Amino acid sequence: MGMTMTQKILASHAGLKQVKAGQFIEAELDIVLANDITGPPAIKEFAEMGVKGVFDANKVVLVPDHFTPNKDIKAAEQCKILREFAVSREISNYFEVGEMGIEHALLPEKGLVVAGDVVIGADSHTCTYGALGAFATGIGSTDMAAGMATGKSWFKVPAAIRFELSGRPGKWVGGKDVILHIIGMIGVDGALYKSMEFTGSGVARLSMDDRLTMANMAIEAGAKNGIFPVDEKTREYMKTHRNKNRALAKRIRAFKPDGDAEYERVIDIDLSKIRPTVAFPHLPENTKTIDEVGDVEIDQVVIGSCTNGRYEDMKTAAKILKGRKVARGVRCIIFPGTQQVYLDCVRDGFAEIFIKAGAVLSAPTCGPCLGGHSGVLAAGERAVSTTNRNFVGRMGHVDSEVYLAGPAVAAASAIEGRIANPEEL
Amino acid sequence: MGKVYKYGDNVDTDVIIPARYLVTSDPAELAKHCMEDIDKDFAAKAKPGDIIVAGKNFGCGSSREHAPIAIKGAGVACVIAPTFARIFYRNSFNTGLPILESDEAAEKIDAGDEVEVDFATGAIRNITKGESYKAEPFPPFISKLIESGGLVEYVKSQKG
Repeated sequence: MGMTMTQKILASHAGLKQVKAGQFIEAELDIVLANDITGPPAIKEFAEMGVKGVFDANKVVLVPDHFTPNKDIKAAEQCKILREFAVSREISNYFEVGEMGIEHALLPEKGLVVAGDVVIGADSHTCTYGALGAFATGIGSTDMAAGMATGKSWFKVPAAIRFELSGRPGKWVGGKDVILHIIGMIGVDGALYKSMEFTGSGVARLSMDDRLTMANMAIEAGAKNGIFPVDEKTREYMKTHRNKNRALAKRIRAFKPDGDAEYERVIDIDLSKIRPTVAFPHLPENTKTIDEVGDVEIDQVVIGSCTNGRYEDMKTAAKILKGRKVARGVRCIIFPGTQQVYLDCVRDGFAEIFIKAGAVLSAPTCGPCLGGHSGVLAAGERAVSTTNRNFVGRMGHVDSEVYLAGPAVAAASAIEGRIANPEEL
Repeated sequence: MGKVYKYGDNVDTDVIIPARYLVTSDPAELAKHCMEDIDKDFAAKAKPGDIIVAGKNFGCGSSREHAPIAIKGAGVACVIAPTFARIFYRNSFNTGLPILESDEAAEKIDAGDEVEVDFATGAIRNITKGESYKAEPFPPFISKLIESGGLVEYVKSQKG
């Protein structure tokens, strides 16, 4: 029986010729990641394991991105634990405020993950790196500690669902609309324990930023990972984003699924038929097309995050906000994913467009997405957000609401003061 | 034996422990806010040995290990659901929160029922209703992990 992309990567890292769905394996890790929320408990567990040091100081990545710049004293203490550990263990890839970004925007940009890697991260959106043709999955702090100690982790080899993409997406349709459409179709546990493998002629029509957004939200369908094949765009991206430190230079390994790979389901997606899509509270599966949303007035718009905080997302928002004004009574918060994306916004004039439109341009942080800081909602308030979750209380008060959308719908909504169609501006 | 608190499908990690409290990983501190966004009295009512029974995909969302830590910190002896989100599933074993998968138990047990669980056999007994249900057995690898006392102990035993 043939193997899926995911199964091939796992087999190669477990020293096995063949693996099959359901098999338990132990795989070598290329990157082990944590942030300021999940890192401190992992560091505590790591100490309890009584090991000498981390398995490889070049392969551990620590990014204080959630409650940074430190939102309060307790958050500052957590960040301090992360910082002191990074210094004492000589972790090469610790990114301090000023050079950091939101972890899943930052790692691909820095060339720290490439095709063929196995990555675990103590953050559920670690699955983002599947866009590069890597196997990447979220785990908790204890698994992170064990990975940091041993360079290995156990996995149950996942079965897979294949999404056969065709067609070309419309003007204001991006990766976010495609993945919301898919989650709306299969549900928040539609890919539970499984891989989501995206293939077909439509892949070539999606930019790397689109693919990163889609792989990022595989977890929102319950998936273990999401993964794309490696093509010209992937290779070009990895070339442009090669890590400058030679000690961190990586070997790229592109894995293709076998012709007879087993998929539990194959779902055809015609990208040309997908409309701008919005997920209503309180689950990402509650999707409606922009044509079905009705009149939903809003208080806040958030554009950014590990899902939609990349260059193209900023460019899309800038195209729509250029020469226009954010509606009175609406707060529009834009936070680029990394310092580089921020700099690109300044260099290419997006920063000026945003500020003149009446939006606030904030530092790279996970803050608003999870109701941490820099954009928390009050009771009864509604936000349109390019983030990834709209659970009860996700962005603040338990009686607030989050509507998930792509940057085009979010920017159009900021101007109109209600959920709006970018085509109608 | 414990009293059952019952919740629906897709109970997510943001309601198990909202992100605003993730500035600590102390079990007692986290337990104070466990489930508060869907059941604000839970933390005050839950007694050691009580049981959570919920619908499918329990623990979906974030990778925060603070979620099973908060539930365990509240004194909950076991969570029963038809399915668990995969990161929560791993985290539960790693933090020592017992979880059981059972469609039948999740469907038939009601809030307030007194329930008894035998982890060795996976037998779930509903004292209130006089019914018994069977949980899915753990895969052998997971059983080995549990037997060695969780992942921290497993790593200790591996390093020799």
